[in-house]
Amino acid sequence: MNAPIKPGYVRPLDLKHGRIDMTHGGGGRAMKQLIEQLFAAAFDNEWLAQGNDMARVVLPPGRVVMATDSHVITPLFFPGGDIGCLSVHGTVNDVAMAGAVPVYLAASFILEEGFPLDSLKRIVDSMARAARDANVAIVTGDTKVVEQGKGDGVFITTTGVGVVDEAFVIGGERARPGDAILLSGFIGDHGMTIMSTRESLAFGADLQSDTAALHGLVAAMLDPVREAMRGDAGRGIHVLRDPTRGGLATTLNEIAGQSGVGMLIEEGAIAVRPQVEAACEFLGLDPLYVANEGKLVAIVAAEDAEAVLAAMRAHPLGADAALIGTVTEDPHHFVQMATRFGGRRVVDWLTGEQLPRIC
Amino acid sequence: MKYIDEFRDGELARGIAAQIAREVRPDRRYQFMEFCGGHTHAISRYGVTDLLPPQVKLIHGPGCPVCVLPIGRVDLAIRLALEHKVTLATYGDCLRVPASDGLSLLKAKARGAKIAMVYSAADALDLARRQPEQQVVFFAIGFETTTPPTALVIKQAAAEGIANFSVVCNHVLTPSAITSILESPEVRSLGTVPLDGFIGPAHVSTVIGSRPYEHFAQEYAKPVVIAGFEPLDVMQAILMLVRQVNDGRAEVENEFTRAVTRDGNLKAQALVSEVFELRRSFEWRGLGDVPYSALAIREAYAAFDAEKKFALETRKVPDNKACECGAILRGVKHPRDCRIFGTVCTPENPIGSCMVSSEGACAAHYTYGRFREIAVQAA
Amino acid sequence: MCLAVPVRVVELRGGDAAIVDLGGIRKEISLALVEDVAVGDYVILHVGYALTKLDPAEAERTLALFAEAGAAPQ
Repeated sequence: MNAPIKPGYVRPLDLKHGRIDMTHGGGGRAMKQLIEQLFAAAFDNEWLAQGNDMARVVLPPGRVVMATDSHVITPLFFPGGDIGCLSVHGTVNDVAMAGAVPVYLAASFILEEGFPLDSLKRIVDSMARAARDANVAIVTGDTKVVEQGKGDGVFITTTGVGVVDEAFVIGGERARPGDAILLSGFIGDHGMTIMSTRESLAFGADLQSDTAALHGLVAAMLDPVREAMRGDAGRGIHVLRDPTRGGLATTLNEIAGQSGVGMLIEEGAIAVRPQVEAACEFLGLDPLYVANEGKLVAIVAAEDAEAVLAAMRAHPLGADAALIGTVTEDPHHFVQMATRFGGRRVVDWLTGEQLPRIC
Repeated sequence: MKYIDEFRDGELARGIAAQIAREVRPDRRYQFMEFCGGHTHAISRYGVTDLLPPQVKLIHGPGCPVCVLPIGRVDLAIRLALEHKVTLATYGDCLRVPASDGLSLLKAKARGAKIAMVYSAADALDLARRQPEQQVVFFAIGFETTTPPTALVIKQAAAEGIANFSVVCNHVLTPSAITSILESPEVRSLGTVPLDGFIGPAHVSTVIGSRPYEHFAQEYAKPVVIAGFEPLDVMQAILMLVRQVNDGRAEVENEFTRAVTRDGNLKAQALVSEVFELRRSFEWRGLGDVPYSALAIREAYAAFDAEKKFALETRKVPDNKACECGAILRGVKHPRDCRIFGTVCTPENPIGSCMVSSEGACAAHYTYGRFREIAVQAA
Repeated sequence: MCLAVPVRVVELRGGDAAIVDLGGIRKEISLALVEDVAVGDYVILHVGYALTKLDPAEAERTLALFAEAGAAPQ
């Protein structure tokens, strides 16, 4: 009698030594295997288990908020994080800046031919962890492979969906003269961590990216003012934004422009870690323009500022939160800063990209 | 940060500011030129102007090596990268300088040129070491502070026989720049720009010492106070200048004693003389041809002179007719006097040299100063 | 021009190389342009090279001058 034929034996993915090749993007068995054994295994939820190219989801009640972010960061792995968790945090935060609770994510990957599978596994596991910790599910996705030399290892795009209380209108256009400007913590950590890995400043520096999901902090901030906000659109939190590329200065200028207001901030109130300050000194950079990935700016009605600030400080991601300034009446939309030194300066838009300088 | 934070102390600043206010003669105007781009930056960033009495005015001088770099020289670098296909190593400051045909080094990179941003001349040499089959050219700019490192890498390249490495030398000299200002008709004969003294550059002076400025104090009867880089240094220097003017003195004083001596860094100076020699003349953007104001690589190191190696010729490119940079660099006009300031010419779209670098007079005024000229009400 | 920072020398390495520290950030730089630098000295750093040693006594003197300027009676 013949031994039964084993159905479709496929050698499992070699996650230790294997590399991405063009078949992984071809739509055939290799790609299916990559999705099943790597992505679906890590993200592990009912939607991905169905094996469709879409996910049928149920949203909790509220206004739907959607956001998307692409991640092309180099290096892929850095102190404090990697492109994986960054891609989860980035989109979760964009959704959270509407005051919304993020619920689902979609993730698409553009992989470069030759990219090591063990690195990809590290990234995917990190994403899975970040998603679990943030209580969001990665319910659908896509994979493409490009030829060697046409991609930086991996590019990740995440799209997020969440819901927010119908009564809340939190956005960049809502700042009003007299509002308080709150900042959740130290600025410049992420950008200088990345810079220092590139500019070989890394000896003995304990710089770490601050990448984090901020929706928990946002929920804590909304708690003390939820009722007030439902009753009166003028109360509570008017604007939320995370100062990513271009830093705090860019974010404040954006909001000032959108809302048609000016701002006056206190340099002494803005927290910068000594190592970040030092790294900036080395390269001739200004911490105000350096990227953050785990911080937020909140513009709050003056009467609610104290309560919101207290709520921030009570949360682990807002322990170093501070009141940094006020929104002003200004037809020119200048963001002005009172320097620690005693004089005043304007904190203008960034011109191009901030580059290390000799001058 | 030691030796940095103490020199930015707001409390001490108020003290010096009060002293300056006490010592200025109420009926007299004091106009000081701060020559160094780094000082322009410090003054803007810390809002030093707010702490000075109205009698004291600061004029920005041409101490920005990026601002005075002629368009033709940037064109040369771009040609090297696009046509000769070298790897062009440059400091970050040069990347966005607009050159001819709507190009810049950054835009050339987008067209496929190999442009490498380096933090140090040593990084440029290292690039050459690691890619022996590729020609690497270092685009060297800067005043006397930045010149010794270039001298060092050229010597190193010679010692190690790194034949694929060469340098385009754009190093310029501080005393020549100061002379051209003092020799300008507006200052010397017409007296239309009353210049009462100079705040001397900080780090240039650590290399050249305070001695070279004695000539200006004597010949032109203008006081010079060499100031450190931090805002308190600048304020103290202004106080010292006010005192000199009040006393009718014209001396060289050193506020930056913790890093500057009369002789300077002799080792660095010797290295520079060994590798470089004076060019008879060099074009400065905005100032025209200035004699004996720049350096070229000596014959002994000709193998590392990119201009000789690639038989390069610098084409002169005139500035936009509406551009007032020349007058602004000499302290004769203010950025707001320029027709295209803030409209056509902005930091995003710089037309002239003063807007190109963040230390240029126009860029500094645009970024930090123009808000003062508009009445702003706080809510 | 000339962005330069005062940094503390924490380690001397072979052939003019040294490790310096500023606010906890360390970097390898060259001492080729200076002489007689010891661990613990401060130098002024520009584009990866030490330009000169910083004189701590002069630094203190300068700070004292600042304080004096503020305190002058007149």
